[in-house]
Amino acid sequence: MTIGIVSYGAYVPRYRIKIEEIARLWGDDAEALKRGLMVYEKSVPDVDEDAATIAVEAARSAVARCEIDPSRIGAVYTGSESHPYAVKPTSTIVGQAIGATPVMTAADFEFACKAGTAAIQACMGLVSSGMIDLGLAIGADVSQGAPGDALEYTAAAGGVACIIGKKESEIAAIIEDTYSFTTDTPDFWRREGMAYPEHGGRFTGDPGYFKHVTNGARGLMEKIGTKPEDYDYAVFHQPNGKFPSRVAKLLGFSKAQIEPGLVVPKIGNTYSGSCLMGIAATLDQAKPGDRIFATAFGSGAGSDSFSITVTDKIEEIRNRAPTVAELIKDPIYIDYARYAKHKGKIRLS
Amino acid sequence: MSVPRFWRKLDSRYNLKGTHCVECGEYFYPPRNTCVNCRRQGQIEAYRFKGTGEIVTYTVIHTAAEGFEKQAPYTLAIIKLDEGPSLTAQVVGSSVNAYIGMRVRSVFRKLGEGGERGMIYYGTKFIPVDG
Ligand SMILES: [Zn+2]
Repeated sequence: MTIGIVSYGAYVPRYRIKIEEIARLWGDDAEALKRGLMVYEKSVPDVDEDAATIAVEAARSAVARCEIDPSRIGAVYTGSESHPYAVKPTSTIVGQAIGATPVMTAADFEFACKAGTAAIQACMGLVSSGMIDLGLAIGADVSQGAPGDALEYTAAAGGVACIIGKKESEIAAIIEDTYSFTTDTPDFWRREGMAYPEHGGRFTGDPGYFKHVTNGARGLMEKIGTKPEDYDYAVFHQPNGKFPSRVAKLLGFSKAQIEPGLVVPKIGNTYSGSCLMGIAATLDQAKPGDRIFATAFGSGAGSDSFSITVTDKIEEIRNRAPTVAELIKDPIYIDYARYAKHKGKIRLS
Repeated sequence: MSVPRFWRKLDSRYNLKGTHCVECGEYFYPPRNTCVNCRRQGQIEAYRFKGTGEIVTYTVIHTAAEGFEKQAPYTLAIIKLDEGPSLTAQVVGSSVNAYIGMRVRSVFRKLGEGGERGMIYYGTKFIPVDG
């Protein structure tokens, strides 16, 4: 049986803040930060945007791109670490706003930056078992870095939605297989009720990101018998530009393979949207027959890898919704004061 | 705004759902169950507006109502949808000032919240098509 992506849609808020502007406030060296992080600016949500509005925009874009009847969607799963409610599923808001309700199942997913790919895997299971016709999986975040914390330079906002199905005539990208690698690793967390996350210092690099991404990626290639050179493109979770570049090299992927999907330098880390944004940007330009390798990473920690082959259908659906490049161009730059207002860092009571 | 009052109109706020009279072709937002032109001869069907239109007039609100404080200053406009009906909504996300005749399209945004503990109200706002 063939399972795959029937459609996809991305959303990035229009506002941006430059690294220089954040560094100016804290007296940090902007040039050193840009070199170290390979991030130059990050997206900022408007005052009235949150993970739910971003998820809805991405989902509507996915529905518009494939022109399917939304009532065929039998499951809506939204992955985020910034769900607007502690109790009240974001996925109910999305389901209603795209006209998929009421005959559908819904739930919210959480797994740091890989909640969106976990949602894709759940949809793959439900679709392949025949329990649902189409599944909608979303990764969307308005991530928070504490003022002055290193994360503030990269914590951004954005989201991507994927419609998963199994009708061969409808699939734009076949998901050949998926593989996950998960352990209990204290690299990053946020306790209930806390505004900002904590990170476990030395845990964030090698024992977190690199261990889980390399083991997950190698695990999938071993399972299906592929090598890096079998792929035209590769996407790795992008908390900054440095990590995916380094992990690609470690695994034997080239700069050219990751380049089309490396969107973090211009928009920052969109957390649950991060790896999916890279996949979306790659699908925006991939040709039928091209193969894409992707590994998402979530702190805590785990990775989800996917081996994808693009079909002829991509050409038909691609231009019915904005591409990631179109979403990124023409930003409105804001200063730190406006950024603080947009992010709700100013409390009125 | 009360939670039940908001909830009853939720679908029309989220998805610009109105009605259309098949008999005379008039569109209604908010939805009407009888046509003002055709009365009992009218034939009303549900209709989802495309969400495109233009600004008829606008004002910039500096002193916001309760629940909207964090959004001030904001642009409130009367928007004429391409199908005909007009509605009042915020225009957001623009790099330029609003003007009469500006082309806009609908987006999904937070309308307000009932304080820290209350419900979050979502619905439709508009952004400029260009700029
Ligand atoms: Zn009529």
